[in-house]
Formats: sequence, C-alpha cells, structure tokens
Amino acid sequence: MKKALAAFLVVGLLGIAAYASLFVAPTERTMGDIQRIFYLHMPSAVVAFCAFLVTFVANLLYVFRRQERWDWLGVSAAEVGLAFISVVLITGPIWAHPVWGIWWTWDARLTSTFVLWLLYVSYLLLRTLVEDPHRRALLSAVYGIFAFLDVPLVHMSIRWWRTQHPQPVLMGGPGTGLAPEMKRVLLINFIALVSLMIFLVRERYELEALRAQVDVLRREGEAA
Amino acid sequence: MALLHSTGILLGKELRTELRSRELITTTLVFILLVVVLFSFTFDPTSSESRRFGPGLLWVAFLFAASLMLQPCFLREQMNDTLSALRMSSPDPFAIFLAKLTANTMFLLLTELLMLPIFSVLYNVPILKVFPALLLVLFAGSAGICVTGTAVAAISAQARMRELLLPLLLLPLLTPVLIASTEATAALLAEEPALRLDWVGFLAAFDIVFLTALWLFGEYLLEE
Repeated sequence: MKKALAAFLVVGLLGIAAYASLFVAPTERTMGDIQRIFYLHMPSAVVAFCAFLVTFVANLLYVFRRQERWDWLGVSAAEVGLAFISVVLITGPIWAHPVWGIWWTWDARLTSTFVLWLLYVSYLLLRTLVEDPHRRALLSAVYGIFAFLDVPLVHMSIRWWRTQHPQPVLMGGPGTGLAPEMKRVLLINFIALVSLMIFLVRERYELEALRAQVDVLRREGEAA
Repeated sequence: MALLHSTGILLGKELRTELRSRELITTTLVFILLVVVLFSFTFDPTSSESRRFGPGLLWVAFLFAASLMLQPCFLREQMNDTLSALRMSSPDPFAIFLAKLTANTMFLLLTELLMLPIFSVLYNVPILKVFPALLLVLFAGSAGICVTGTAVAAISAQARMRELLLPLLLLPLLTPVLIASTEATAALLAEEPALRLDWVGFLAAFDIVFLTALWLFGEYLLEE
C-alpha cells in the first residue's frame, strides 16, 4: 500500500514535470522547442551524480562495517545512476543535432560524462563475474572507491586538454541567465527526478536483499 | 622502516622470478613492437604526421601492453597457492603491493626504454635531445599505470574471465594518465620541444592519489 502510494506520487510528479516542461515553460528564443529537453537532461545529470555519490559512501561503509546492506545500497545506487547518466547521454545528442549540427563532439563535459558511464559499467560488470557474495561485495566496493576517486581526475584532465584545443562548435547552452519560469520548471523537474531516483534505489535495494536471501537458501539447499 | 625492509625483500623476489624467465619483458616488448608496426598502416607515417599521432600511438600501445603485462602479478600467486604465504611473510600487506607495483613499473619502464629508439627510427622522430625529460614523463605515466594496474590485477585475479576483466576495469580508470602522458610527450616531440610541467605535475598527483588509495584499501583486496 505504501509502495503503491509512493509510486503514484512519483508518477504524478513526473507527469507534472513533463507538463510543465512541454507547455508551461516559455519557448526558447533561438533554439525553439528542442530546448525543452534541457529540463530532463540537466537534472538527470545532477541526479546521476548524486546516485554515484551514494554508491561511493555505501562502498566506504561496506569496507569498514562489512554489513551486507551497504553492498545492496551500493549496487542499487550505481545501477540507478547509470540509468540516469544513460538518459543524459541519449538526450544530449538529440538536442545537439539540431542545435550544433552534429550528434556528438569530444568536448570536455561530454567526454567526461562518457568516461563516467564507462567506469560504472565496469563496476557493474565486475559484480557479475565474482561468485562469492562477500568477495563480490568487498572487491566491487574497493573498485567503486577507486572509480569515484578517478572522476575528478578524469574531469580535470579532459578540461585542461580540451580548453587548450578549443573546439569549433559553440558551447553556448542555456546555462546562464535562465528566465524565471524556466527556473521554476527546472526545479519541478529536479524534484520529480530526485524522487524517481529515491524510489528506484529503494525498489532495487529490496530486490537485491531478496536476491541475497534466495542465494542463501539455494546454498543451504545445495549443502543439504 | 619495517615496511621498506619487507618491500625490499619482496621486490627482490619479484625481480628474481622475472629475471629467471624474462618472459614478461620479452612478450610485452614484442607486443608493443607489433602495435607500433600495425599502427603505421593506419596513417601516413611521415615525420610531421608522426609528431601528431606518435605520442598517442605510443601511450595507447603502452597502456594495452601494461594491461597484459599486469595479469600474472597476482594470478601467478593464486595459481601456485602462494598468496597466503606472501601475506604471512609481511606484517604490512601494503608491502606486497609496493613490491609488486615497483617491479611492474620497472618492467614497463624497461620495455618502454627498449621501444623508444625503435619508435624513433621507424617514425623518424628524434628523441635524443629530449631524452632526460622524456624519461621523467615515462616514469610518471608508467607509475600511474602500475599503481592502479596492480590494484586492479589483485581484483581481477579473483574473478571469472579475469584476462578480459583486467583491461575492462583498468582502462577507464587510466583515461587521465593517457591524456596527460600523451600531451606531455607530444610537447616533447614537437618541432620546438617543451617540458610541460603542468602535465607532469598532474601525473604526479594521479600517482599520489592512487598510491594513497592503495595504501588505505589495498589490504582488503588480499583478504582470504
């Protein structure tokens, strides 16, 4: 019952956010309607990063406390973060093609987002290749910590490198001087996506806990 | 002091093992040579073109070679069941990592030094004048590769599909090293050579960050 209510709330919020982005927000002067994708794109990026931060904290807690639940939280947040960052990587080119005239450019922010995506794909891949649950939790937690430490270094190196070789494509974007209505719509989208993230992480966490239970039961069955 | 002492002893063991067979260095050298030769077919290897593509080519070759060369460092211990003995031999598990990563850095650096003159001749890029500075870049970059690589090798050795997993885990982590080393090398091989201390400093920062991470979390990778 509680879960159904939460799901209803999240869907409702997403509906309001979508309506606000499509109909309430004013049309951007130069880019037109395509700019509306920004309301999904930018908050998704921030939400993904928050999810990876949760993974990092969960990884640290697992290493020091060794409680299974931190492992479950780590993998749940990483998967949800990866889903959001995929949304970012897909909506980005959809916007870029009409505005920049190209789908993709090896610009600093795009490249570091892509590397971030790769890092967490590797993290999840590692988890599928270790049988023993404790070993899997520990190894992936340490790798997750390494991956998170790498993120600022990746970002810094790519920014230095790309700012030294300026790209021909303009990197204007509607980041500066957002109209007040736009800001409000952005905020609604933020709230909707954050609640979606929390909802998904919770669901995924419960699934992981169930999986662990099944795993224990199966092992017991095999032993008996 | 005790750490340095046991590291020294373990390093001696690593070096002796390699010097007896010399298979790691030989195979890695041949592998890099292959990559360097194969790359010559993908662009017109004149002097000016080589200056543009050469540094990137070299570092991609080093990166792939390292991801192969780092495989055995923990796998060998696991195959021969010597990991527990190794763990018992040293009071600090960090000594095991320190010894292995020092040995790996030495091997990688040696193959790079053997490779450089061949690269210089084949691609018509003079290196003699900038050699000391180049050595600094090679060292900082290779240390970065081997610090993270040794940690990742300890992870992948405990998983399935480990030969494939090591590069998958390692290469995204090493994006900053690839960028910084390539840029620093490119500046040295340019018509007017320059030592880019900002990139060397960046590499040093990378090395320190991951060495610290390994010091803090490495021991968890060696748990039974």
